[in-house]
Amino acid sequence: MPFMKNLAKAILPFAVLSGLLQFLSARDILNPYWVQIFQLACVVAISALGLNLIYGFTGLFSLGHAAFYGVGAYTAALLTKLYVGAYGDEAVFATGAVFLGSLLAGGFAAALLACIVGLPTLRLTSDYLGIATLGFGVIMKVLFDNADSFLPQLGGARGMTGIARLTGIPWAVAGLVAAILVIRNLVHSTYGRALVAIREDEVAAASIGIDTFRYKVIGFTTGCAFAGVAGGLYAHLYTFLHPSTFDFLKSFDVLMIVVLGGLGNLTGTLVASFAWVFLLEGMRVALPPEYIEFRWVLIPLLLIVTMLVRPRGLFGVREFPFLRSKVYR
Amino acid sequence: MYALIALGYTMVYGIVRLINFAHGDVFMVGAFLAFYSVEKYHLPLPAVFAIAAGGAAFLAIVIERMAYRPLRNAPKIASLITAIGVSLFLEYFTALHQVFGPNYYAFPRPFQVVSLEIGGITVTNIQGIILVATLASLGALQYIVYRTKVGRGMRAVSHDVDTAGLMGVNVNAVISFTFGLGAALAGVGGVLYGIAYPQINTFMGVMPGLKAFTAAVLGGIGSIPGAVLGALIMGQSETMTTAYLSSTYRDGIAFVLLIAVLLWKPTGILGKARTEKV
Repeated sequence: MPFMKNLAKAILPFAVLSGLLQFLSARDILNPYWVQIFQLACVVAISALGLNLIYGFTGLFSLGHAAFYGVGAYTAALLTKLYVGAYGDEAVFATGAVFLGSLLAGGFAAALLACIVGLPTLRLTSDYLGIATLGFGVIMKVLFDNADSFLPQLGGARGMTGIARLTGIPWAVAGLVAAILVIRNLVHSTYGRALVAIREDEVAAASIGIDTFRYKVIGFTTGCAFAGVAGGLYAHLYTFLHPSTFDFLKSFDVLMIVVLGGLGNLTGTLVASFAWVFLLEGMRVALPPEYIEFRWVLIPLLLIVTMLVRPRGLFGVREFPFLRSKVYR
Repeated sequence: MYALIALGYTMVYGIVRLINFAHGDVFMVGAFLAFYSVEKYHLPLPAVFAIAAGGAAFLAIVIERMAYRPLRNAPKIASLITAIGVSLFLEYFTALHQVFGPNYYAFPRPFQVVSLEIGGITVTNIQGIILVATLASLGALQYIVYRTKVGRGMRAVSHDVDTAGLMGVNVNAVISFTFGLGAALAGVGGVLYGIAYPQINTFMGVMPGLKAFTAAVLGGIGSIPGAVLGALIMGQSETMTTAYLSSTYRDGIAFVLLIAVLLWKPTGILGKARTEKV
């Protein structure tokens, strides 16, 4: 069974890493704060991989990624809140099953919404699509703010509380591995080739028989599904959701990660996600308290300098070996 | 007032095809310059406008030279990310205690508010000043773009950068001038904002900037009358939503409108349709 063998080979290093981290944090060798940051980095990476599929591979300029992230987060949180309650043990099988179901439901809700939004808006081109998705992001933020008026559990502008803390290292790592595997295999498949063809030249792609609109919807929906799953993991990591977490500025964060890493480059997205999260948090620790505001002065500067020096992203077209296509290996 | 900011967006986009996210923050800097010149030096109103417009224009030209010019031939997304970076930098840098500080500041009214009733409609002198300043800036802009040599250069660059360069237009100077002009309008907008809503802070540029950009797209980006029309529609729809629905939905309604218009006419109300060439 070569498939099972390949799968085992791909997952093993991550399983070892996850087990090691779990062991170290259980023995209090690792600071729980940093363990939480590590999980956040995994979540951000999942969401950024989704956006890379949308923008990096398909070339659809989306500024509404945080809205889909938010939809996934609220959907998953609502489901576990209803079926698990505020305190759940991730080790209990039933709880784990509900959690898994909620995460998938979050991803599905985001994908469904992406499909509904994408069907009309994906006919727009480049910058106009960006503005339309940005507008969608602002509309979703307004809806999150007013969510309590139609479902009191969602909390509205005061934020949603009472979510069980279910996300642990294994969940975060497993989610990330799943995202990497699915996206890697997708971009090297016929579908992925079609998406890249659309990015390179939509008219040419259509002329060789690619149904460009259908593929654009597929790429957009799949990418948003990952944002939804990432949102669900985020909700159960911090156990508190606030609409301001999902406004359009957060879409920019993800976009910056994807562009920093290099468009259409999975390695870059992974490295940039982890670097981004750890840099943000690292500076919180490293800088003396009276200079803490300098964090957001230094980060844009770093961003501008990186873009000036490497306009095609940190990694250009280079990839880690396990992310490359078999054809070119 | 949205019109003034929207004009800057539409001009810059028309010429270099860049969504200049830092524009809203240039607007903020204009408002703060006005704040200091009124609060500390008690300058007369025309001088305040001149300082705000001049400072904003200077800032925008510096930004263009430092951040956007080196990236003009790079992928478009690189300049866009840089624009977001510049925007964040301006917001947080000016929020430092050593610069403007993170607090809200009360913008001092440089004159008394007087209400007038004309034919059953109450008009304050603030609204009058905003209207006059907007119309004056608009007239000046129309004159510059269609009646001067620089304006002809701007129109040429917006049509085709390379050809304009070959025809002897100094492309760099024209682009710098465009950034400066757009920013000067934003600076004027900043002063008007300070007078109309007497409270300013360093993040005040984000939402007006975004909405002004939406207004520019709504009217058809690259088109000057379009920007004004879009801004009027935006302003009206927001006031109507606040009046008849609920103010919490105010930020959303403008974007619902935007998406509806884009679906109906993808290049905006007064935008020209472009046919794809193979």
